[in-house]
Amino acid sequence: MEQHVNIRALASKLFTHFILIIATMVIGLPFLWMLSTSIKGPTEVAMFPPVWWPKEVRLDNFTTAWNTAPFGRFYINSIVTAAAGVILGVVTAAFAAYAFARIRFKYRDFFFLVMLAAMMIPGQVALIPNYVILAKLNWINTYQGIVVPHIANVFGAFLLRQYFMTIPNDLYDAAQIDGLGHTRTLLHVALPLSRPVLGTLLLYLFIQKWNAYLWPLIVTNKQNMRTLPVGLAMIRSAEYSIGPEHLMAASIFVLMPVLIAYFLAQKQLIEGIAAGAVKG
Amino acid sequence: MWTFFAFTGPTFILLAIFIFWPIFYSFYLSLFKWNMVSPRKTFLGLQNYKDMFSDDVFKLVVKNTLIMAFFTVVVKMAISLYLATQLNKKIRLSNFYRAIIFSPTFTANVAIAMVWAWIFEPTYGLMRSFLRPLGLPMIDWLKSTSHSLPAVIIVLIWSGIGYDMVLFLAALKNVPLEIYEAAIVDGANPFQTFWKITFPLISPTTFFLTITGFINVLKAFDIARIMTEGGPLNSSNVYVHYLYQNAFQWFRAGYASALALVLFLFIMFITLIQNRLSKSWVHY
Repeated sequence: MEQHVNIRALASKLFTHFILIIATMVIGLPFLWMLSTSIKGPTEVAMFPPVWWPKEVRLDNFTTAWNTAPFGRFYINSIVTAAAGVILGVVTAAFAAYAFARIRFKYRDFFFLVMLAAMMIPGQVALIPNYVILAKLNWINTYQGIVVPHIANVFGAFLLRQYFMTIPNDLYDAAQIDGLGHTRTLLHVALPLSRPVLGTLLLYLFIQKWNAYLWPLIVTNKQNMRTLPVGLAMIRSAEYSIGPEHLMAASIFVLMPVLIAYFLAQKQLIEGIAAGAVKG
Repeated sequence: MWTFFAFTGPTFILLAIFIFWPIFYSFYLSLFKWNMVSPRKTFLGLQNYKDMFSDDVFKLVVKNTLIMAFFTVVVKMAISLYLATQLNKKIRLSNFYRAIIFSPTFTANVAIAMVWAWIFEPTYGLMRSFLRPLGLPMIDWLKSTSHSLPAVIIVLIWSGIGYDMVLFLAALKNVPLEIYEAAIVDGANPFQTFWKITFPLISPTTFFLTITGFINVLKAFDIARIMTEGGPLNSSNVYVHYLYQNAFQWFRAGYASALALVLFLFIMFITLIQNRLSKSWVHY
């Protein structure tokens, strides 16, 4: 009897692994296919059935891809706009979050609802007006044009507010007794205590901005102002006659920083997303 | 009070300029014919809205978008709920499985669309090598009016499973173990336990994912833009992509603004229903 139960438990465990391995393969294969294609020569790219590991590994695909378009410049544009967007986004969110968590004000709840309402408005609705505003400011093809319309982030403010409210009142009271004003309480008490959620938020925002496509596409039309995703999408058009191996190599340029960040911090990121979304 | 405004000011000023004001401005623009550059706008009244009803491409785009939203959400959630129940068992490597399955969530859509366009390539693509053993003919997915939309849907499902799975998993972990023990004592089989106990208890998550998933597909742009540009013959054209074409390729800012406003109203409508239903229907 005992043995019978064990065998059944083992079989069920094996079945679970079987299902999850299949799922992992379905999700993982496109990434491997990208990698495999990026190191193939043109003859092996045009082979059916496909070869997974080429006879000759062609790393020169990466240099060819890098030279088809100013990828160095795209990298700089992406790093500058993502970093500026994240820093400004977290700073504004932290101040708003602190105000909503700690500063008493008669209409606070009303303003909080207004802020949450902004989260429900789809950004796609604002594309044309924002373009018109930026054109008037002469901000087309500028870093501030890419960054500024997306600084305000309600999600971040909401997440930080929730976290600030879990910090015991005693700590805030102690700060007050020590004569710290609100700004210094935020900088020296609330933010240092929120390090875990702050790290997740920073990384989450960075990845979101790094991957952004629609807005940078609209607000840039000069090649030297494009971010990586926009530049990558452009080289697929007919004016560049390059093979799939180069397209896959160029895609890896875009993915690399995010994949590294993701695998270093996947646990925090995944759990942060789960916690944030369920509460939200 | 002044500190409150100083602290929340930057956020509210930015939201006012780039989120709230655009709604009113979109409505204003939707009453005109305007090419986005010329200083002259021609007043049309509600003509842009009337034009939608006679625009066959618009009707096709709405149909495509709803088909895409329905199939993406249903298939993605079914698969991800099943995977979450498997991942919820105490097994080795579960963090590894979870990390890989979740990874498309953080992958740039542009790169996803690139690799999938290559997978769908008719002669050398990976998809062909999986379908050929099944005896299926060679399909030029992205250039066929019948297969381009399914191709986009497949990619959206593939990239969205991980997120739904992680949220389902978080919900499953919140179901108290004692309930399962009680069910086993009462002689319930695993099938009954799932549908009678687990499923009702995670219904807030199911509901949340259905609504937000649906809205997210309504807003989808990147994958369709890069894989098919909405083609061939608009067979995979979807709402935001059509809006983009009108505004930034054909410079029909008035008509595009009307499209934007209709999308806004539709999403607001869904959000209101969500708020209503989540109060009455969902078990907490």
